[in-house]
Amino acid sequence: MSDTLLPPIGMLAELTHRCPLQCVYCSNPLELLKADKELSTDAWLALFEEAADLGVLQIHLSGGEPTLRPDLEQFVSCLSRRGVYTNLITAGVGIAEGRLERLRDAGLDHLQLSIQGAHAPTTEKIGNHRGAQEKKLEVARKVVELGLPLTINAPIHRHNIEEVPAFIDLALSLGAQRLEIANVQYAGWALLNRNALMPDREAVERQVEIVEEAQWRLQGILAIDFVAPDYFAIYPKPCMGGWARDAFMVAPDGKVLPCHAAGTIPTLHFERFGEASLTDIWAHSEAFNAFRGDDWMLEPCRSCDRKEIDWGGCRCQAMAIAGNAAATDPACIKSPLHSRMASLIGEANAIPSSNAEDFRYRRIGRA
Amino acid sequence: MMESHRQRAIVSDQSRPLLKRYARLQYDPVRSAWALLSPEKVFWPDEVSLDILKLCDGRHTVLQIVAELAGQYDAAGEDIAPDVEEFLQEWSDRFLVTL
Repeated sequence: MSDTLLPPIGMLAELTHRCPLQCVYCSNPLELLKADKELSTDAWLALFEEAADLGVLQIHLSGGEPTLRPDLEQFVSCLSRRGVYTNLITAGVGIAEGRLERLRDAGLDHLQLSIQGAHAPTTEKIGNHRGAQEKKLEVARKVVELGLPLTINAPIHRHNIEEVPAFIDLALSLGAQRLEIANVQYAGWALLNRNALMPDREAVERQVEIVEEAQWRLQGILAIDFVAPDYFAIYPKPCMGGWARDAFMVAPDGKVLPCHAAGTIPTLHFERFGEASLTDIWAHSEAFNAFRGDDWMLEPCRSCDRKEIDWGGCRCQAMAIAGNAAATDPACIKSPLHSRMASLIGEANAIPSSNAEDFRYRRIGRA
Repeated sequence: MMESHRQRAIVSDQSRPLLKRYARLQYDPVRSAWALLSPEKVFWPDEVSLDILKLCDGRHTVLQIVAELAGQYDAAGEDIAPDVEEFLQEWSDRFLVTL
């Protein structure tokens, strides 16, 4: 590493793996942690204080379902006091009366609500939870009523890709500022369910046209962020903005990782907060330094003029598909394995629709 | 479409831009720089942007902001007005400023 190491800007805190929903596209690891493995209130508070000292400016409070932690208000209030921007990422199911008010009063800055389908049956099917949609819409209305900014996150796959126009209408009618049309990334449970979730190319192309038209039509009315589906891409995403470059995540047990799927790279060892300080981990962890900068890159990345645009793409996708975390992300057209992406789409699309709902639902202890 | 009650705000010289409550301009002591924190992104405004954003207090009109900046930068108001308006329109479209 020749570059000076800069402090991290963002942090994803997976406060718990517990969740009332069982979404088949979840990016959490298959080995979900039980409640007794979660960090204590005091440990999270100490971690947040150190993150603020280290230079973190924005924390995404996520899970699992973060509102299952009764100490969430304490976390928000601690971060707010330190001037750290807080974003709550919630599924909006099971939030007790009065909770959103308390979170706002504690200083919550923004809320992102995931909605699995624009129509209730889709949401119920994907999350395996009856009555989920009604609760989510109620949360959305309450958030807007409280004056908190609202982003709707719509994770897109084969079973709801045709609902994209309805998602746009829903986000508008709820008064959201932002809508994320986020095509599912195949990590964790989504990778396990890849064949059931993969859309076909025509549907993806239609979706791109619909989103581009809406972005133009709704300029200044609704911000629509589009997360493109990797398997249909020409170039990879700069995953996490580059490995351990300006963000990191913490798992419910305090394990500190460069990204939420990094645990799938078997050669890496990750330290826990408490065994080492965040400052030490950020600067010295072997896992964090493994793919920093470009010294680790192989060809075609090493001599590529895009290497500081996408940093070789996603290390976990390289691991999953190329079997080598240092390989070029196969999403890249320059990867020798790029054609594998098309084969995987083909394999998934060959599954008859009668079997396409052969889901493996996300459950603790039951991968 | 259900967007009837929502319309794009368009900047005029009588707009009184106000930074949204959820867009926070704060000095970051770790990096010795001003940061603008927003729902999904941290912006690092340059000096001119910062001077504009600091005047987005809901009291100054765009006309007054231009006059103020013209004084600070010893420039003609009509030279900088288009840039200021373009900047504010862009930040309004990003939902960071109310016009």
